[in-house]
Amino acid sequence: MPAERPRSALYLDANATEPLRPEARAAALAAMDIEGNPSSVHAAGRAARRVLEVSRERLAACFGAAPADLVFTAGGTEANALAVSGLGGGRRVLVGATEHPAVLAAAPGAEILPVLGDGTLDLAALEQALAGPPALVCLMAANNETGVLHPLAEAAALCRAAGALLHVDAVQAAGRLPIAVGDADSLAISGHKLGGPKGAGALLLRSGLALRALVAGGGQERGRRGGTEPLPALAGMAAAAEAARPGEAIRLAALRDALESACLASGARIAGAGAPRLPNTTSLILPGVPAETQVIALDLAGVRVSAGAACSSGKVGRSHVLAAMGLGEDAACAVRVSLPWNAPEDAADRFVAAWSGMRARLSRSAA
Amino acid sequence: MSGGVDSSVVAGLLKEAGHEVVGATLQLYDHGAAVAKKGACCAGQDIHDARSVADALDIPHYVLDREARFRSAVIEDFADSYARGETPIPCIRCNQTVKFHDLVELARDLGCEALATGHYARRVEGANGPELHRAADPARDQSYFLALTTPDQLGFARFPLGDMPDKAAVRAVADRLGLKVAQKPDSQDICFVPSGHYAETVAKLRPATAEPGEIVDAEGQVLGTHRGIGRYTVGQGRGIGIGGGERLYVAAVDAPRRRIVVAPRAALPKDEVVAGEVNWLIPPPAGPIAVQVKLRGREAPRAATVAWDAEGGVMRVRLAEPNVAAPGQACVVYDGDRVLAGGFLRAA
Repeated sequence: MPAERPRSALYLDANATEPLRPEARAAALAAMDIEGNPSSVHAAGRAARRVLEVSRERLAACFGAAPADLVFTAGGTEANALAVSGLGGGRRVLVGATEHPAVLAAAPGAEILPVLGDGTLDLAALEQALAGPPALVCLMAANNETGVLHPLAEAAALCRAAGALLHVDAVQAAGRLPIAVGDADSLAISGHKLGGPKGAGALLLRSGLALRALVAGGGQERGRRGGTEPLPALAGMAAAAEAARPGEAIRLAALRDALESACLASGARIAGAGAPRLPNTTSLILPGVPAETQVIALDLAGVRVSAGAACSSGKVGRSHVLAAMGLGEDAACAVRVSLPWNAPEDAADRFVAAWSGMRARLSRSAA
Repeated sequence: MSGGVDSSVVAGLLKEAGHEVVGATLQLYDHGAAVAKKGACCAGQDIHDARSVADALDIPHYVLDREARFRSAVIEDFADSYARGETPIPCIRCNQTVKFHDLVELARDLGCEALATGHYARRVEGANGPELHRAADPARDQSYFLALTTPDQLGFARFPLGDMPDKAAVRAVADRLGLKVAQKPDSQDICFVPSGHYAETVAKLRPATAEPGEIVDAEGQVLGTHRGIGRYTVGQGRGIGIGGGERLYVAAVDAPRRRIVVAPRAALPKDEVVAGEVNWLIPPPAGPIAVQVKLRGREAPRAATVAWDAEGGVMRVRLAEPNVAAPGQACVVYDGDRVLAGGFLRAA
């Protein structure tokens, strides 16, 4: 009977954190038994260092980078902050309007690049903004709330032509779409969004690009990030990145599409529907119903989704992403449904059942 | 769940009784800004306490962002009321809007069957529906602040602490339930003015309330100047700053002329007061009824006769003994322990 413990909860908040992949769990547990510090010169240190460097090689290979160009961090937020501070020296910083707070807060004085109504970057505005002194441009590969993908290849070409650096926040795209450092100058990823343990991330750099440290510490990571490396989390992240398979995207996209068409037929709207999007993410608008009410009602029904930006107080914040897309009042009425890699086959059916039940009760109590 | 001991005990008792309990905490204002600490979180320690109590009780818990609503419905109203020369009670406005209107609506949307709070009042199931009564502990009774709760809202509300003999008993329950907040001090003052300096807060919102003006006597003779009407409330004897002779009290605040009218204490009490925005918890009486009324929070109910002026939408209250009435405060009508009606005092 208690809503808090339904027979089985349906976890659809992968963009907040992916469930741990078994491969990542095994790698992390194995790394926990390594007693040495990777910086130590003795045999125990060398054994730890071996795990660290193997993890680095495996992770770098997943994103088309050389191991020497991969800097481990404590997570995606730190990787983004490291890019902004470590590459931005002396440059103007341009950031997309729908970027994650990890980037926005790292560049408080940045110029904001507008997005179009579908959430994709306004390339004309980027081109215009690039005229002027050298810039560092920060763009997300995929948006955390809507899953909308920015036109990165076009943006990278514009940046290159203007002599600007391009940092890509690939935290949500990594593991879900093929993505590489490629034409960008740096790429931030997060371990737990790949299905690894929380507490690990990485910044991947264009070959040979120099980076100034945020935390110099003991000179680890070739002087680019001080602090003893958290081996279990890093080993888990590398294993998770390797375990993510393209086939997952096809399966999740089919579930997502089924979920969307059922909700669209019942009066919902989808933010960024016309844009290329991540296969697992839906920003589902139920006009007139506050996102907070929806998130709570679904939670009590055993369905875990989220809305807006999570705040440390736990309250449901307003979405700057949907506001930037010009959604007006609808911006306050969207929940994010993000399917995890291990979403059950009946995830769409169960979500739609819970969502329809909520909708029916809300219209009854409004009557 | 405010994070204090009262609402925490309510959640614990209901959970213990086998109810399916959903905890909700209202984030009403930016705590960091209110205490003027740069970089402080918008959520104060109370919100964190509420979450940890809910965790300990193993109940779902949600923090509801009501900053915008609280600002428009309570803080702005508070400032407007001072600017009109009144002495508002923001806690009642909050109960009328954020708590017993919005939260009841949300609870219904979520399929909840009742909204329980940590207020000290009793909801008694009477022959003609739920009645609002004074709490068992007269020192803690909050029925005055709940008198504007509509019959429909009262029907949905539950006040599990109403029968508690005293606060010590509530703390004992908190201890028994192992709640970390068992010994937490009671909250004081108005929540969004943690410093207690209301005039400063009001001055920021309505600068006119901090503009100097004249202090006059009943005949209009100027006796001195004051530093803003926001600093004065009817009945106040401090801060008048006029020496010599008989001690003077604020008899009225004349907002349009920015004047404070003062008089000797004996001239302040009135025989009759009028209250508007009336909420009846009984069918409005056809003729005058003998009751007791409370014109301020910290005062025992006193004998009076109340007549309902349906056309004017006001209660006319004849006081058995003259009393000081500050416009903006609530006028709550009792029959013994039972609350019959509530309204807001109007300027004579």
